[in-house]
Amino acid sequence: MPVLTFVEISGGKIKKASVEAAYYGSKTAEALGTESLAVVLGEASGDELATLGQVGIKKVLHAADARLNNFDSGVYTKVVAAAAEATQADVVALSFNHNGKLLAPRLSVRLKAGYVPGAVELPQFNGSTMTVRKNVFSGKATAIYQVTTPRKIVSVNPNSLSPVRGSGSATVEAFTPAISDADFRVTVKGVDKVVGEIPLTEAEIVISGGRGLKGPENWYLITDLAKEMGAATACSRAVADVDWRPHHEHVGQTGLTIRPNLYVAVGISGAIQHLAGVNGSKVIVVINTDPEAPFFKAADYGIVGDAFEVMPKLLEEYRKFKAAH
Amino acid sequence: MKILVPIAKVPDTTSKISFTDNNTRFNPDGVTFIMNPTDEWYALVRACELKEKQGGEVVVIHVGTPDAEQIIRKALAIGADRAVRVDADPTDAYFVAAQIAAHAKAENYDLIITGKETIDYNSFQVGGMVSEMLDWPCVSLVQKLEVENGVATLRREIEGGSEIVEVKLPLVVCAQKELAEPRIPNMKGIMSARTKPLAVVPPVEVEKLTAVISYSLPEKAKQVKLIDKDNVAELIRLLHEEAKVI
Ligand SMILES: Cc1cc2nc3c(=O)[nH]c(=O)nc-3n(C[C@H](O)[C@H](O)[C@H](O)COP(=O)(O)OP(=O)(O)OC[C@H]3O[C@@H](n4cnc5c(N)ncnc54)[C@H](O)[C@@H]3O)c2cc1C
Repeated sequence: MPVLTFVEISGGKIKKASVEAAYYGSKTAEALGTESLAVVLGEASGDELATLGQVGIKKVLHAADARLNNFDSGVYTKVVAAAAEATQADVVALSFNHNGKLLAPRLSVRLKAGYVPGAVELPQFNGSTMTVRKNVFSGKATAIYQVTTPRKIVSVNPNSLSPVRGSGSATVEAFTPAISDADFRVTVKGVDKVVGEIPLTEAEIVISGGRGLKGPENWYLITDLAKEMGAATACSRAVADVDWRPHHEHVGQTGLTIRPNLYVAVGISGAIQHLAGVNGSKVIVVINTDPEAPFFKAADYGIVGDAFEVMPKLLEEYRKFKAAH
Repeated sequence: MKILVPIAKVPDTTSKISFTDNNTRFNPDGVTFIMNPTDEWYALVRACELKEKQGGEVVVIHVGTPDAEQIIRKALAIGADRAVRVDADPTDAYFVAAQIAAHAKAENYDLIITGKETIDYNSFQVGGMVSEMLDWPCVSLVQKLEVENGVATLRREIEGGSEIVEVKLPLVVCAQKELAEPRIPNMKGIMSARTKPLAVVPPVEVEKLTAVISYSLPEKAKQVKLIDKDNVAELIRLLHEEAKVI
């Protein structure tokens, strides 16, 4: 029976994390020799939803009810569970992103389905048993989880795999689950989005600064390069704690966990609590004056040097590179 | 207001992680265990603040073995009024959530506040599962929580910002940073914690939905490629040609 992926819409567009999840769902369906379907809640254009075909989705169940435009974990659980029942899906896939992290455990209870959070690889199947790997102990180890319930749920860590887009187009079908006003219990009163900036968790490239930058007035060293590269900016906790940078930029064990393709750490020592939030990045570059800084042990590329000298050069060289490519 | 705070016991972040029995079991030897940071710093402290301001009771619940007593006493020292320990060695998040939900059903809570995740299995599961078991609303990644006349106003993190939501109690909240400032227990708290009630109850029976079958440690430390600070162009070249990330 099919694999069903929960896909999220934001500002009329499919979230990047959901494209990855849909691709993950399609690859899982391929391994099982079954169909890959998606379910979308809230208003969205048919054209946008059809693009899910590029990552292997055959059909999209669209619950276009405007009341579903905002995330409410309770009613979302009800609708996605209804879609899983209606399609008799054996596997439900979704992203381990902000909303997925709450929706999936609720679905697990409602569907009595074993759930693996934050998978970093595609699942393996042996008869009716599924096994899949995830990170544990804040990135210090990995574990293989086994699920034997008839129905399975798996959420995929953002940036764990790069979707390969084909040329398909998904068909879109209206889905009208039985929901009533009483099912809506969370009322959104306001949204505060940092406009014009790239959300940190969705960014492909992140430039991050630590206490080595000496003060907020020096942050141009980070932001100038970020702007040039189309990157998001982040910081260490030590920096957010003294209000050099806003708290939503702080990454690490007590802040955000990010997995960009490229993480550039400038003047950050690389404390274990910081690494916990970034060690899933594909490539890590460290710029630090201290050759003994622990971050070099977790880095792919490093420059031992003063950020005040290296960063302006890096900006200049990147501009040259951009002009030539 | 009656508030329940589930607390987990986890290895201290700086602990060296290792496994035994052919990499099928976590090795607790030499590991210091602590209260899960988001449970302690944000969930528990915010619960205590709400109680201190508006009256009521804060109960902490732990699903685990007797060696968690020290962590439970610390929660009482921070300000919880009493504690419940479900005497079991938990097998998965579903098991833990089912114990908490069973306890919550038997008492009349207005609010359950959990930490967003534990730092061992990093799985963000218990709060959401408990809410579904109780058929309560749940808001996760919460940075701010106020309660007035039975209605909670919360700020939760979303991609690239935050959202303000309103929900009628009862409610499950999964807490994260900014919700409160960590508290260090004072002498009076530590003294009174010794005599606050700690009830030990047997677990309810629950089926097992998932199992960890093996663990592995990263194969080898990365080998960093150092580039001379006077040759920054080389870094750009490597990022483009070798790493293919720009
Ligand atoms: C329970 C707990 C949770 C924590 N959670 C987090 C978390 O989520 N995220 C987090 O980041 N931290 C966290 N921390 C804090 C963490 O342990 C470190 O203290 C923090 O990450 C240090 O920040 P930093 O690297 O910016 O500063 P520092 O440790 O002061 O490092 C500054 C670095 O800059 C270098 N430097 C100095 N001058 C220059 C220069 N001119 N050019 C280049 N390099 C220079 C120095 O060599 C040094 O390596 C946590 C701590 C605890 C105890």
